[in-house]
Amino acid sequence: MAEIKYVIKKSPRIPKLIADLYANMPEIEADRAELITESYKETENLPIVKRRSAAFRHILENIPIIIREGELIVGSNSLAPRGCQTYPEYSFEWLEKEYDTVATREADPFYISPDTVRRLKAVYPYWKGKTTSDLAAANMDPEVLDVFMNHGIFTVGNYFFNGVGHVNVNYKRVIDEGLESYIEQCKAELAKLKRGQGDYASRRNFLEAVIESCEGVIGYARRYSELALSEAAGCTDSDRKAELLKIADACDHVPAKPARDFHEACQAFWFIQQLMQLESSGHSISPGRFDQYMYPLFKKDLNEGKVTLESAQELIDCIWIKLNDLNKVRDAASAEGFAGYGLFQNLIVGGQNENGIDVTNELSYMCMEAQLHVRLPQPSLSIRVWNMTPHSLMIKAASVVREGLGVPAFYNDEVIIPSMMSRGYTLEDARNYCIIGCVEPQACAKTDGWHDAAFFNMLRPLELVFSSGMDKGEQIGPKTPDVLKMTKFEEFYDAYKTQEEWFIEMMAQADNAVDAAHAVRCPLPFESCLIDDCIANGKSVQEGGCHYNFTGPQGFGIANVADSLAVVRDLVFDQQKFTMAELKQALDDNFGKGRTPKKSAELTTAAVKALDAQGVEVNADMIKAIYTSFLNASTVSEDKKKKYAEMLELIGQVPKYGNDLYEVDMFAREIGQTYTKPLLKHTNPRGGMFHAGLYPVSANVPLGYDAGATPDGRLANTPIADGVGPMSGRDTHGPTATANSVSRLDLGDASNGTLLNQKFHPSALAGDAGLEKFVAYLRSFFDEKGMHVQYNVVSRETLLDAQKHPENYKTLVVRVAGYSALFTTLSRSLQDDIINRTEQSGL
Amino acid sequence: MTENIYDQTGRIFDIQRFSIHDGPGIRTIVFLKGCWLRCRWCCNPESQEYKIQQLTINGTTKTVGRDVTVREVMEEVEKDRQYYRRSGGGVTLSGGETMAQPDFAEAIFRACHEYGFTTAIETTAFADREVVERLVPHIDYVLMDIKHMDSKKHEAWTTRPNEKILDNARWIASHASSLTIRVPVIPGFNDSVEEIMAIARFTDSLPGVEQLHLLPYHRLGMDKYTGLGRTYTLPDILPPKNDHMDQLKAAAEAVSSLHVQIGG
Repeated sequence: MAEIKYVIKKSPRIPKLIADLYANMPEIEADRAELITESYKETENLPIVKRRSAAFRHILENIPIIIREGELIVGSNSLAPRGCQTYPEYSFEWLEKEYDTVATREADPFYISPDTVRRLKAVYPYWKGKTTSDLAAANMDPEVLDVFMNHGIFTVGNYFFNGVGHVNVNYKRVIDEGLESYIEQCKAELAKLKRGQGDYASRRNFLEAVIESCEGVIGYARRYSELALSEAAGCTDSDRKAELLKIADACDHVPAKPARDFHEACQAFWFIQQLMQLESSGHSISPGRFDQYMYPLFKKDLNEGKVTLESAQELIDCIWIKLNDLNKVRDAASAEGFAGYGLFQNLIVGGQNENGIDVTNELSYMCMEAQLHVRLPQPSLSIRVWNMTPHSLMIKAASVVREGLGVPAFYNDEVIIPSMMSRGYTLEDARNYCIIGCVEPQACAKTDGWHDAAFFNMLRPLELVFSSGMDKGEQIGPKTPDVLKMTKFEEFYDAYKTQEEWFIEMMAQADNAVDAAHAVRCPLPFESCLIDDCIANGKSVQEGGCHYNFTGPQGFGIANVADSLAVVRDLVFDQQKFTMAELKQALDDNFGKGRTPKKSAELTTAAVKALDAQGVEVNADMIKAIYTSFLNASTVSEDKKKKYAEMLELIGQVPKYGNDLYEVDMFAREIGQTYTKPLLKHTNPRGGMFHAGLYPVSANVPLGYDAGATPDGRLANTPIADGVGPMSGRDTHGPTATANSVSRLDLGDASNGTLLNQKFHPSALAGDAGLEKFVAYLRSFFDEKGMHVQYNVVSRETLLDAQKHPENYKTLVVRVAGYSALFTTLSRSLQDDIINRTEQSGL
Repeated sequence: MTENIYDQTGRIFDIQRFSIHDGPGIRTIVFLKGCWLRCRWCCNPESQEYKIQQLTINGTTKTVGRDVTVREVMEEVEKDRQYYRRSGGGVTLSGGETMAQPDFAEAIFRACHEYGFTTAIETTAFADREVVERLVPHIDYVLMDIKHMDSKKHEAWTTRPNEKILDNARWIASHASSLTIRVPVIPGFNDSVEEIMAIARFTDSLPGVEQLHLLPYHRLGMDKYTGLGRTYTLPDILPPKNDHMDQLKAAAEAVSSLHVQIGG
């Protein structure tokens, strides 16, 4: 049995910092909104990229700064712990509507003071009609905007309302060369420009904006240096005074100049991570291969005796805590989809370098150790696994999984590298991949992957097959043939593909509309200089300056669609156990389980539209009456209820995805490809292509609410299968069977990432033998070309108790789709979803 | 036994994949139907009768027991080949009592070795010596129970005395490639320190045996008695407490040089 390596003592500083961070509800602050408005008002005549750098610099020079008690690594975007700023240049109207409710809403509440409300109210009117969101809406075809806003088939809401984020940047160069090297590089590029070249002005503007941004960041660090000095002057505790002086020295030096020791490398890393989050509201800014770029100074200091494993671990732990200090307020609906205050800062350890050599090192283990010490949702810790990954790193990872923290997530180099190469990455760049946000692979520091471009609910096109493209009384999809007249399964399947491809194309247009809006209204000079080849190309990330450009919208619901189509094929067409008309009626009646208020509302909308079209005037009372009649009409007779129960029984007997049944699984593979393949033909405005992800974050719950009953027996408005896994509760042959099924999907074709959640009872990982068996299990799944997997190891009883007594579980972390979240901050329905997932214990 | 081992049939009641507490690595357990003992705590009462039965749980009745060929068993077992290879796992025959179907058992063991899977058995070892001698050469890991050293008490709780079992234990210890002794710890039957120490001493005397597993009693099979139209005769017994299990482990270690673990 392998021993668990790098078990390092936790500094007493760590629990104190955590307790302070979580003492209060996070708070919204107004400073950034005020400062950016001030600056924008003064720069209306400037090119946008320079307005951005001027505003960024204005914010950096004036936003209040704070050193929290006991911190070694400093830099906070808000005075309040876990507080957040707002970003009106992207959107703001949703917050105006939530002033009174944001503190009491179910998912991710934020405190907002009356004074903050007053200050935001004073500046927000300036932004009316000026946001990326406004321009994106204008860029969309009206029918695309309608489908996006009103029909719950796909949503591009994330970047429609917010910054994009979702990048990994060149932390290594900032640590090794300092930001001044970027300024020098820009100056050299400027000197090379010819006045006669067509893009002279745009290049010059961009390069000057980069310089201004970098100077702003250097100045901001020096403000911290001065603050630390002045606090040191008044400090009577000699230990703390020494720490403050060290902080002052570090912030005076980095990130302007190359870091001189491990502490400065940590501080330089942190300023970059923090301030990209101040430049834009985009999340999933992912540290990536932290164990690689931090290693040289760590090793040097360790060899020279400047750090010990314990003192280096303390600094890493401090960074882990700081990653939870960053926060973001989202609109109520998005907060449901991204629940858990997550910023999805994905940090990955292990794996091979660009030369194909395994580069696991001490820091790979210490990052795992930090997770055990800190036990908070951020970072989203990941591990790269390949044939040459040391067994002891796998054992260390398993020992973290066993603690029930939901991390690390495991990624398979053997699938991801060829998958990336199939999209145009070079072998070297693909080998040097990191993970962004939830599960999305990209080449480090040279990619704008637009990874979380949209959620696409694969069940909705299926519903539209039954209505020939009608939804809520509107013809939003193609008029596919009447299902009642279909004589062969192939007609039904073709209609599904027709509907799906129609909406995939709409989604691409919606994404591109948003993409173009960001290029015009929110280019980000600071982020851009940190990603290759923006400086050389003389343009921002948003304008296509990166070396690699992609758009990756994710589909989900494979399991439900595959199971549903199998029911239609087997029971309606092949065995004729019931007719298509009976199935359609059963779906409308939600299998006799009561028509939901949502479905009734939709039927009401359709009926009102029909009346309207006939010139009938409809008043509020009539609408209410129509609604009530729809709702009550759902009380189906006992006879029918019996019949629906029989139908559900038959449906239950149709073999389901997730049980290691070759033919069923191969059909699911085909269904996955109905999403991944058509996407590939679409292109984005940055000169890149679309490619698919297959994962829902936690949107399988809110978007499940938008979908009616489906032929697989799933009831209306209930959650959809998450990721590439089977529908909750339908995999009955244990984890190896599930893993075998999942590995039959064409996972590599989903080059924007796939997601498999599995849940284990702690007894499955008990003892040394448990760790060994767990690692063998995971390795086997990866031998079979699994791409990603992550584990929840908690007992059902624990979760039920946490629902009853949330106060006792304030820091209970669970894995939700692509990330870890605090269980008690999730909405009730998401909590239930987690509890209901099949518990695959080895008992 | 059939000429072709894959044509051999036998009676099973379940195949359970991803079993990680029943021998080394990740294993698939094939549960054979029929047993010579009637242990009062048995958590698989449907395993005891050889005849095919109806079992009703939560209002649903299902048939327990089916006759299958070795070929069919191997088809299911083959599905987790990757997992055996990575973990050093394989196939475990359990029951019921595997040794009650020696032709079937031998054929599966031989088939597994042809496939390259390790073999294990969970057995009461209440079997004729000739059966034991026939099967053991095909088994990589023998896991056998010793439930009590007092034959009378053994018989009272399991319906069979223990002499044959203890004799077989000695033979298996000197002939099997690996033998682990397991003790179901049943409150009121064998959960005193003295009783466990007696088992530990005996186990320690077996040549080459190093592992003793103490398996705490659980009640998960209780409802199945009702489902079979039977009465569970131990309704009021609670599972042993963790600290009591620790105490038994310490006691077993004190009187032996065995590696003692709680759970499989």
